[in-house]
Amino acid sequence: MTTTIKPAPVKKSISVSATPERAFAVFTQRFDAWWPRSHSIGDAPLKEAVIEGRVGGRWFGRLENGTDAQWGEVLAWEPPSRVLLAWRIGANWQYDPDLLTEVEVTFTPEAGGATRVELEHRHLERMGEGGEGMRASFESDGGWLGLLKLYAALLDAPS
Amino acid sequence: MDYGSAAFAAIADPTRRRVLERLSTRPMAVGEIAAGMPVSRPAVSQHLKVLKEAGLVSDRQDGQRRIYAIDPKGLGAMRAWLDQFWDTALEALKAEIERREEGDQDP
Repeated sequence: MTTTIKPAPVKKSISVSATPERAFAVFTQRFDAWWPRSHSIGDAPLKEAVIEGRVGGRWFGRLENGTDAQWGEVLAWEPPSRVLLAWRIGANWQYDPDLLTEVEVTFTPEAGGATRVELEHRHLERMGEGGEGMRASFESDGGWLGLLKLYAALLDAPS
Repeated sequence: MDYGSAAFAAIADPTRRRVLERLSTRPMAVGEIAAGMPVSRPAVSQHLKVLKEAGLVSDRQDGQRRIYAIDPKGLGAMRAWLDQFWDTALEALKAEIERREEGDQDP
């Protein structure tokens, strides 16, 4: 028997020594400064990672070959407390305009001038609805086995 | 059960990663998987059980045999990967926020 388990959202929380205004600004306007360079899609290295600061603004990677690789867009823009992003990259590591997973980030003031940054990446089960296209690619290095290798490398790295 | 933790734990074991690599070539029965590995068939069965519970492999009955395959949806691996990824990303965000704080006036 094959059972399907709906994956829970990925939830993360971290406290930063800054105001919500600063935390929000660094997350969005200075997105390129902290986004891990290795995390991009497309056929050229990532030159700049961008969140355009408005509802409907694009979330994308500008590649060194001059093209833009779309990742998603801004669904809600509520500085300095909340931003909601559409993540439209599937488990096959391709942009899919029909896939909608959400990344919600909230910025809440804490005592002592700190800010609690909470991130939730949800509707991950929709990544399993890719049908034949995803099935065809899952065995390639660009598919989830490729992710698995990257992930295993992280686990194996000395901490 | 925490689904993400299950996938995380499943992938953390090198023998289970080896099982996944073998299954990535094609679906196989337990005996075929075990044939190329330095562990017993019952041990491989146990690893398959863990991988199945974590959502990483699926199985189907084929006559007398049970055939195992990588779950084509791959959600377990994807979720585990994202879980790790967002940890890394938020640590980098925190470093950038607090680096930018330097040189500013304290409130």
